[in-house]
Amino acid sequence: MSTIGYDSWAVDLADVGAIYPFQGTEVLMVIIAVVAWLAWHVYQAKAESAELKEREAAFDKKAASKNIEGY
Amino acid sequence: MGNNIDALTTVFTEFYYWVTVVFMFLIHLGFLMYEVGASRRRNHMHTLMKNSMLTPLVTITFFFFGWWIYWAFPAFPFLGGIASGGNADLAAANTPWSATMSTNLGDRITGVFWAAFLLFSWTAASIVSGAVIERIRSTAFWIHAVLIGSVFWIIDAAWGWHFGGWMVQLLGYHDAYASGVIHAVAGGYALGVLYVLGPRLGKFADDGTPRDIPPHNPWMVVLGLFMIYTGFWGFYAACNVPIISPEVIDGQITGVTWTATNIYLAPTTLGAITFNFLMSLSGGMLVAYMVSKGDPFWTFSGGLAGIITASAGNDLYHPIQAMFIGGFGAWAAYKLHFFVERKFKIDDAVGAVAVHGYAGFLGVCIAGFMLWGAPSTPYEGYATISPWGQFAGAVIMFGVLGFLPAFLVSKVMASMGILRIPAKVELEGLDHKDETAFQYAVADVVAAEKAAL
Repeated sequence: MSTIGYDSWAVDLADVGAIYPFQGTEVLMVIIAVVAWLAWHVYQAKAESAELKEREAAFDKKAASKNIEGY
Repeated sequence: MGNNIDALTTVFTEFYYWVTVVFMFLIHLGFLMYEVGASRRRNHMHTLMKNSMLTPLVTITFFFFGWWIYWAFPAFPFLGGIASGGNADLAAANTPWSATMSTNLGDRITGVFWAAFLLFSWTAASIVSGAVIERIRSTAFWIHAVLIGSVFWIIDAAWGWHFGGWMVQLLGYHDAYASGVIHAVAGGYALGVLYVLGPRLGKFADDGTPRDIPPHNPWMVVLGLFMIYTGFWGFYAACNVPIISPEVIDGQITGVTWTATNIYLAPTTLGAITFNFLMSLSGGMLVAYMVSKGDPFWTFSGGLAGIITASAGNDLYHPIQAMFIGGFGAWAAYKLHFFVERKFKIDDAVGAVAVHGYAGFLGVCIAGFMLWGAPSTPYEGYATISPWGQFAGAVIMFGVLGFLPAFLVSKVMASMGILRIPAKVELEGLDHKDETAFQYAVADVVAAEKAAL
């Protein structure tokens, strides 16, 4: 019993293919990963919009002037 | 691996591509240095992180669907459907759930070949990144990065950079080291975003005269460009198949002489592309130094433009031809950058559209004249290289797969108000909040340590 399909390397390597654990779950892994990727974009878009809104409201002309002069 | 020669060939090929990937990391490091050096102090960290995060995003999406596109789209739409005919098995073997896209002792090549293409994808996205600094929202850029890095450039690679691509078969399209396939498409894409995004505040005077916004750190910019040159060696090597027999190519080549080939499986040598890489770089730098009157930024960018212009035919050119073509490309990129800036009010912060887009476009077209009538691949029935085939290819790369989708997606983003940062934040600087927090933290810890004296 092994998660990778082999519990010993007493094999002819010419017959060995995939050796990752939980073979057979590839489609499920892809679905979960794609959902996680899309969720990351949504989370970041919301976070960035909120931060830009906050920064715009807290705009400090004096600080901006100093930053501009600092090039 | 049937015998020891096959085994050695496979392991050598695996190691060869792996080394090219490591080299190509330097391209990305160079882009980061270049962009941060070109940005102003109040935007450094934002510029750094905006570009850096394209790396994981393009990587995972290139795993999810980008690599599959390369194998599924070569015949689409003019010679068959998506993943149709002979492409069906190859497309199936390169889905993200395929056993070959994994830890697999039966397949040593897919992982490194995928990674080599992935590093091209990062490059395509990074080219766009530099052009839009200091005013684009990160989240908008990251969507563009996924689109250019994992969708549009790889569609053009399937069409014009795959030995069975319809552009190669019908147009005789030849672009051995990606003048169009990477550079023109990314340059066109950058132009499409810039057209909608608009210039940085203060870039143009009220009468429309452009102002120079010099890099805050020219040293960093030119060292970044030199780093890109270094990584470009890996890029060139990665565009080749290092060793293959005529039997495996299964085309028109006769005899039993093994060879290196370009991406179309047509014969070339690492020696040839080494000559031509260096000579086109030199031609570009010499002309750019002259035309820019010794400006370091444009001299180094000109070297890059020189390589990019000659790249389409650098598997076959004579080194002196590569030098003159590189020189012409640098001259054209420099002139076109300032012409477009004045005429169309395009603020390309790092000259990416010129160095990659215009030079790449011209490089594809020049190869049509220089290599007119030469075979595009070793396979029977393919169109030979021609000026019209190359021109059509350049238009597809720069315009159809580059400018157009970028323009449309940017328009949608702009209409939703998610493309550009607010003007007040742009003036204050994207790093203002982090910089203020940094200064408070420093003052706090300094006060605490002094109290402990």
